[in-house]
Amino acid sequence: MTAVTTTPPARSPRIKSRALRRFLSHRLALIGLIMVLTLTAACFIGPMLLPYDELYIDLLARFSPPGTGGHIFGTDPLGRDIAARLFHAGQISMAVGFAVMLIATTIGSVVGVVSGYYGGKVAAVLMRVVDAFLSFPSVFLLLALAAFIQPGPVMIALIISATSWMEVARIVEAEVKSLRNQDFVQAAHMLGLSNRWIMFRELLPNAIGPIIVAATLTVARAILLEAYISFLGYGIQPPLPSWGNMLNGAQQYLQSAPWLAIVPGVAITIAVTGFNFIGDGLRDAFDSRSHGQ
Amino acid sequence: MLRYLLSRFGQSLILLLIVSFIGFAVLTLAPGGPLSQFALSPGMTQEQIDKIAAQMGLDRPVVVQYFDWITHLVMGDWGTSYRDGQSVLHVIGSHLFATLLLMGTATTLSVSLGSSIGIFSALRRGSTFDYTMTVLAMVALSIPTFWFGLIAIYLFSLNLGWLPAGNMYTVGDGSVLDYLRHLILPAAVLALVDVAIWSRYMRTSTLNVINQDFIRTAKAKGLPRRRVVMKHIVGNSLVPMITLAGLQLPMVLGGALVTETVFTWPGMGRLFLDSLGYSDYPVVMGLLMASAMLVLVGNLAADLIVALIDPRIRLE
Repeated sequence: MTAVTTTPPARSPRIKSRALRRFLSHRLALIGLIMVLTLTAACFIGPMLLPYDELYIDLLARFSPPGTGGHIFGTDPLGRDIAARLFHAGQISMAVGFAVMLIATTIGSVVGVVSGYYGGKVAAVLMRVVDAFLSFPSVFLLLALAAFIQPGPVMIALIISATSWMEVARIVEAEVKSLRNQDFVQAAHMLGLSNRWIMFRELLPNAIGPIIVAATLTVARAILLEAYISFLGYGIQPPLPSWGNMLNGAQQYLQSAPWLAIVPGVAITIAVTGFNFIGDGLRDAFDSRSHGQ
Repeated sequence: MLRYLLSRFGQSLILLLIVSFIGFAVLTLAPGGPLSQFALSPGMTQEQIDKIAAQMGLDRPVVVQYFDWITHLVMGDWGTSYRDGQSVLHVIGSHLFATLLLMGTATTLSVSLGSSIGIFSALRRGSTFDYTMTVLAMVALSIPTFWFGLIAIYLFSLNLGWLPAGNMYTVGDGSVLDYLRHLILPAAVLALVDVAIWSRYMRTSTLNVINQDFIRTAKAKGLPRRRVVMKHIVGNSLVPMITLAGLQLPMVLGGALVTETVFTWPGMGRLFLDSLGYSDYPVVMGLLMASAMLVLVGNLAADLIVALIDPRIRLE
């Protein structure tokens, strides 16, 4: 117990490097990091190395199986190179994932810090709204929104954010609520610092660990949700490829051209698994309670 | 108990009100809105659209529309489908069974399998089994449900020919066995993610129980290990799972939507997608509300069951 009470607050550089050390010693997190980095590199460097453009249509080479005619992952029903499309789609799907992470984490943090700091009626109202959003199956809400809104990558990222900020809000609220009565906040009050300053300069930075964990998991979730709605035809619209919309229509060729379904699905699984592993590693790294338990 | 029950019920009602407001706002304020379907017909003039809007009361202030809609909703009038003029409540009702059958089977599967894995992982914490299950659970959580469905169809229907690739029954058959054969694949696919979640939660919950004093007491007074595990540990670690089952509902329902699409399962999910395709606004709206209500009722039921089992909750 003495070790816990004598440790300086979570912001000191010593702890930060300890968190980094813990993260790096976390085998799964490292595997996740490698998965994500490899995939990202493939998506951005791959297209330069491939002989085909992702929009080049070759009707004579329709449904080429993987490995034939220079198509490492085969071709689709229009004879387009799947590898080229996969890498290009990866750029879009991951960009959507990161955009959602930024937007959703910002919304969630603001809602969380405000309700955690003020408490009382403000928190009651805000947290009920969070609960209400959580009552909808997010795929239903997403589809309803996407079907009536002109879909583009930016819009899709906004809609997914609209259904992904609640977890962060809950986490930040809980964290801020527990920090609110600590000495450094009392001190800030006595110094006459404004509420806004205390919330965003004092409280939020101290909740950064859980926020980073939630943000990482949000990327995974967003990539998955984008795949869901694009698969169902309401997400990213062709000719712009995304991992989800490459799978749209793959079902009817399942017998004759299974690679159409297999390849993008594997890419999604690798990306999402990677981010989930990283998130898990970060959680263990930041959370001293779960460490060594 | 009565007080707890009433306050919990009141909370759900308030939440339902907020849910209805969000649902209404989402669909009404979205560009295009309820009239987008008419605007698409060729030769439709703005004047005609305005006329339809006036007929349907859509030219009134949004707040008035909301109150009109919510009072009708409470009275059981959920509007009529644009597609075939049937009442929305009837359309939803006729698709409810298929979804509940799928979700029920998947949940039974995932709860029994997931809890067992979770308990074993916790009892043998740090073992190869525990580690393997942890990794497998995280991978399972990362696989898109629909893709897993596609792969399952590819393997078990198209290649091995063991199970049907879709639909709820074969036309002309419809025996219990036939239903069962159709149910296996979609239920297993839907259950996958849930098994992962359940096993993780069950593991945590079991670990929490194992470290408590009464378990040490039970061991100290010489109860056989089997009895301590089965009665004291399992029994107590299952209680938080009931609450989680309620909280897990939106995910299962969302998963059901996607699974139903892949397996052409005639439930609410397919209905939702079909209705989106037709811009069948009242049905979409109805399904959005129905799914949220299902979730809220599920959560309420879970809380009440926990309160019945665990006196600490209701006395708080």
